[in-house]
Amino acid sequence: MINLPAVSAIYKFEMMRTWRTLAQSIASPVISTALYFIVFGSAIGSRIAEIDGVSYGAFIVPGLIMFSILTQSISNAAFGIYFPRFTGTIYEVLSAPISPLEITLGYVGAAASKSIILGLIILATAAAFVPLQIAHPVIMLLFLVLTAVTFSLFGFIIGIWADGFEKLQIIPLLLITPLAFLGGTFYSISMLPPFWQTVTLFNPVVYLISGFRWSFYEISDVNVWLSLVMITLFLSIALGIIWWIFKSGYRLKA
Amino acid sequence: MTLSENAPIISISHLDKTYDDGFKALKDISLDINKGEIFALLGPNGAGKTTLISAICGIVTPSSGTVKVAGYDIIKEYRQTRKLIGLVPQELTTDAFETVTNTVNFSRGLFGKKPDPAYIEELLKSLTLWDKKDNQLMTLSGGMKRRVLIAKALSHQPDILFLDEPSAGVDVELRKEMWSLVRKLRENGTTIILTTHYIEEAEEMADRVGVISKGEVILVEEKSVLMKKLGKKQVILDLIEPLNELPSALAAYDLSLIKEGQELIYTYDTNANRTGITTVLKALSDNNIKFRDLNTKESSLEEIFVELVQEK
Repeated sequence: MINLPAVSAIYKFEMMRTWRTLAQSIASPVISTALYFIVFGSAIGSRIAEIDGVSYGAFIVPGLIMFSILTQSISNAAFGIYFPRFTGTIYEVLSAPISPLEITLGYVGAAASKSIILGLIILATAAAFVPLQIAHPVIMLLFLVLTAVTFSLFGFIIGIWADGFEKLQIIPLLLITPLAFLGGTFYSISMLPPFWQTVTLFNPVVYLISGFRWSFYEISDVNVWLSLVMITLFLSIALGIIWWIFKSGYRLKA
Repeated sequence: MTLSENAPIISISHLDKTYDDGFKALKDISLDINKGEIFALLGPNGAGKTTLISAICGIVTPSSGTVKVAGYDIIKEYRQTRKLIGLVPQELTTDAFETVTNTVNFSRGLFGKKPDPAYIEELLKSLTLWDKKDNQLMTLSGGMKRRVLIAKALSHQPDILFLDEPSAGVDVELRKEMWSLVRKLRENGTTIILTTHYIEEAEEMADRVGVISKGEVILVEEKSVLMKKLGKKQVILDLIEPLNELPSALAAYDLSLIKEGQELIYTYDTNANRTGITTVLKALSDNNIKFRDLNTKESSLEEIFVELVQEK
């Protein structure tokens, strides 16, 4: 039987933390994304030709949302579990009648919820700057949720692995940002020379952005089904690692 | 699984804990805690007190051995066992930005209980935290934070309460308050296990005392029995005229002079059939040694404890 009060206690605790740090959690990513729209979408974008019949400003919207979801999911979830480890308050969660699955549900559920809310806010912000269309809203939401959950899980793993605040920042900054920039946030893969197109297919973020963009404009770099398969694969990998962490007690219990 | 009245509420059997770096924190610990008692786990720093508590509560995974709480296994049936336990950790670990009420409600939820504002209000009032209920934890003093940790541990109305070094960094007033709280909880049937390296705390509070040293439980005894068993008593005689040395006629007795011969001490075993006091007093009178006052002194747990740990 699931300990629902416990899951909900962790979930609410984490959501309250967002509320307390509203400027950092919501306002800052929204503002930085809005700046991208102004610079690349309106100012420079007006001088860039349409890509596959979509104006440049509108073309980058799905990529930018994906980029925010990836980085915010990871840092939210990583911080959420790292901080109690750092302060020592984790003792209470470990001594509570709560299963690993429930702990994960609480922390990752909250981190993913925040990312999804953030993604929707950015989407609404984008609509103010560029003309938007969403051809497949359900698939759009599916990608949004799957990506938020998957990368919150990865963030949770990073938060357990990290033994200092620096490590919390390293992965989002040194890995996710370059992968997102090179994964088609600002351009279509087909604009690259053939060799680099092949190299790019090793970048997991390509599949996320491509699939997400397809749900808006029905244009994609890789087949949308392949995108769905890949995101499901990433999700399974993340779940596998978390299962191992709780089984072995890695970094949580002596 | 149901439990008979007299079965121990916690039953530890051959518990070992070896940390990854090879350090043996617990060595073959077997120990029963009775329902409703106050049990003091006494030992120097690094003896394994916190590790033992952490193992029972699920924070540290035992290397081998079993622990049963109310008949449930702490690994296989952790949901049942953990529900019964409240833990007040040694360190003042709190979420800096949370308010008192939120953090206590969080704890209650974590332990699977539905919100109960009336109970929480009563709890916070009993710990004189009610005035501070909306304060952020980082604004509280160390003593107040300790109270918050106690409130968190009691938020889900546990049957068993672990207090890990409850007196660490606590002023005299709070310590006394805490002791009276612990007694009140015991009256309501809560089993209390406290670790301490302050003997006076064990002496003041405990029904039974377990002495732990270097990962081993070296002694478990009713406090009164322990005091009696190992307790030596001394008669201190305040002499009218100081003695330079003991007359040879008194050499057969366990006598010693202190305070430049002003006081004479006779040490005897309280458990012996004959304490020898009469004989000694008679011998003194025979040797014409007079005294103006007489005191007796019992050895404290502290002295007993130091003796035990040294023996090991």
